Amino acid sequence: MWEYTDTVREHFLNPRNVGELKDANAVGEVGSLACGDALKLYLKIENNIIQDASFQTFGCASAIASSSALTEMIKGKTVEEALAISNKDIANFLGGLPREKMHCSVMGQEALEAAVRAYRGEPPVPHSHEGRLVCKCFGVTEDQIVKVIQENKLTSVEEITNFTKAGGGCGDCLEDIRGILEATLAGKAPGGNKGAERPAPAGIGDLRQQDGATPPLSNVQRMQRVMTVLDEIIRPRLQQDGGDIELLDINGKEVSVALRGMCTSCPSSRLTIEGFVQQTLRDQVEADITVREVAP
Amino acid sequence: MSAKTVYFDNNATTAVAPEVLEAMLPFLRDQYGNPSSMYSFAGRSQEAVARAREQTAGLIGASPEEILFTSCGTESDSTAILSALRARPEKKHFITTRVEHPAVLSLGQYLEKQGYTVSFLAVDGKGRLSLDDLAAAITKDTALVSVMFANNETGNIYPVEAIGKLCRERDVLFHVDAVQAVGKIPIDLQALPIDYLALSGHKLHAPKGVGALYVRRGAPFRPFLRGGHQERGRRAGTEAVPNIVALGAACALAAEHTSDENTRVRALRDKLQERLLAEIPEAIINGDPEQRLPNTMNISFKYVEGEAILLMLDQFGICASSGSACTSGSLEPSHVLRAMGVPFTYAHGSLRLSLSRYNTQEEVDFVTATLPKIITRLREISPYKHLADDASPGDGAACACQA
Ligand SMILES: Cc1ncc(COP(=O)(O)O)c(C=O)c1O
Ligand code: FES
Repeated sequence: MWEYTDTVREHFLNPRNVGELKDANAVGEVGSLACGDALKLYLKIENNIIQDASFQTFGCASAIASSSALTEMIKGKTVEEALAISNKDIANFLGGLPREKMHCSVMGQEALEAAVRAYRGEPPVPHSHEGRLVCKCFGVTEDQIVKVIQENKLTSVEEITNFTKAGGGCGDCLEDIRGILEATLAGKAPGGNKGAERPAPAGIGDLRQQDGATPPLSNVQRMQRVMTVLDEIIRPRLQQDGGDIELLDINGKEVSVALRGMCTSCPSSRLTIEGFVQQTLRDQVEADITVREVAP
Repeated sequence: MSAKTVYFDNNATTAVAPEVLEAMLPFLRDQYGNPSSMYSFAGRSQEAVARAREQTAGLIGASPEEILFTSCGTESDSTAILSALRARPEKKHFITTRVEHPAVLSLGQYLEKQGYTVSFLAVDGKGRLSLDDLAAAITKDTALVSVMFANNETGNIYPVEAIGKLCRERDVLFHVDAVQAVGKIPIDLQALPIDYLALSGHKLHAPKGVGALYVRRGAPFRPFLRGGHQERGRRAGTEAVPNIVALGAACALAAEHTSDENTRVRALRDKLQERLLAEIPEAIINGDPEQRLPNTMNISFKYVEGEAILLMLDQFGICASSGSACTSGSLEPSHVLRAMGVPFTYAHGSLRLSLSRYNTQEEVDFVTATLPKIITRLREISPYKHLADDASPGDGAACACQA
């Protein structure tokens, strides 16, 4: 049984500000049904002040309590004051969270960022979701990992998993996380290894263009390679998860696909497409391919 | 928390039966003799252990010499599996399933690291094994097959008789983890082609920390614990006399109550399931209702998370389990539900209710009255609640997350 503080229990059993906010002018959404927790944050911002806030959360007790705490903390604050709230502040407000549950507080902070971006008319994917996808299981990027390391002074891979979930699934990304941790602790700027080389899965052969060594691909060559990689790597992987992918069009270096049988409305399907599919195609075919998801 | 505990988590552990406690108490008080000692004071301990061995054997249709006492179900599983593999050192292949308890699953993963080839058989959407898959997996190199009698999470009962026959035909040893089955369904080892069978006291109203292993007469055996000559040299260590006496008493009681489990307890479980499904929309039963322990139900509710359900149930004194990621202490839902391909949307909201003969109709009524309110409440908090009314987004699940 988890050791929750009385404040966590109290906010879980009597969450404040639950439900849709009818006159909200900023909404931020993070997480997904598939990942086990999700938070939708509604804000009503007037004259740069958060007049009202509410939430809807799918998740465990600490996810619900973190959301409730967040709405209480930001009401009446200016947008800038609210943005200064870190995941640690949320955890502190609750009298602390079990280490394994820190990702719940991170989710709160990310939803807040997403809502403010929406309010400011910035693109819906929060800044922290940009960058190279590190953990495919939980859709966590390098930038997100660097951020939690820095903000929470993390020193171990295990802590990173507690805070972001990255590494808590298949474990394939653990080495990558360790590398990011070491680089961050050593004070190196992240992102240096964008599009880093990954070993091609066995049996695929060397589809990858040798850097600079081979001439650019012709359209037909590219199409063939994209289709091979989709069939041999991407589709089997998605099918493992009960999903599927359909190739709709290849226009120059833009590949249009549709997801099938997955929670297509889920915010992190975007990450799946951009992260996993695009990254795999970039690794295996050509470094500047872009993937576009077409609504089914 | 409410004063009264409503205990619906009997697959996790059970209450010690009052009769069992009575039976063991003298051996915690005055009858402390070491069964190996030579005076008549100790002889009473020895007699008590012998009687417990008869009682335990009696429940499962074994003979007393085929029973050895251990410290828990896990020890019994380890002993059997390692013993069989050591007895056939030339064979390096072990077959088990993806839905085993960690007592077997982790050992399988460990053996893999030790150079064994381990096949973890897949199951279908209801958690069922395919005998054809098993037959196809067996090779000349296969030393042992280990399949659980019944699954702790779903209650699924596996066709151990058919599997055992197959193993016999192919000259492969067969171990069964029957920790969840013993005491809940009739088991007759005289009729079943099983070489080793593990059971655990605390799942059948004996205390924690005692188990037994059945080793069929003639099956190869290598001790796990070496030392003194206790258990005829097959399990060293001074016998835990009070616990063993308790296990014997619990087995004797279980023999009397197996029919009750299969009538009254089953009826309670069925009523509970029927009413929950009727009152809570977007709920599904995980597992195979056709082949299931009479006391177990595993139900999933869409759009809510298991740990949140458990904490709310706890407010009403109701004890249950969940296979959600947050309750397992890992970040992914239960390996059993994932092996079955239960969509994540349901896997995160799973709830296991497991009854015993001590549960009552009133308790079932209480849970049926309470649980729907909790699910409604959590769905009100959930951002996906509206999806329950609209068409739902593909249940196929698993965006970035993967199994
Ligand atoms: C199927 C199964 N096998 C083995 C065990 C382990 O038994 P013990 O706790 O006695 O070691 C359990 C207990 O949860 C179980 O359910
Ligand atoms: S890729 Fe990160 S845990 Fe699987």
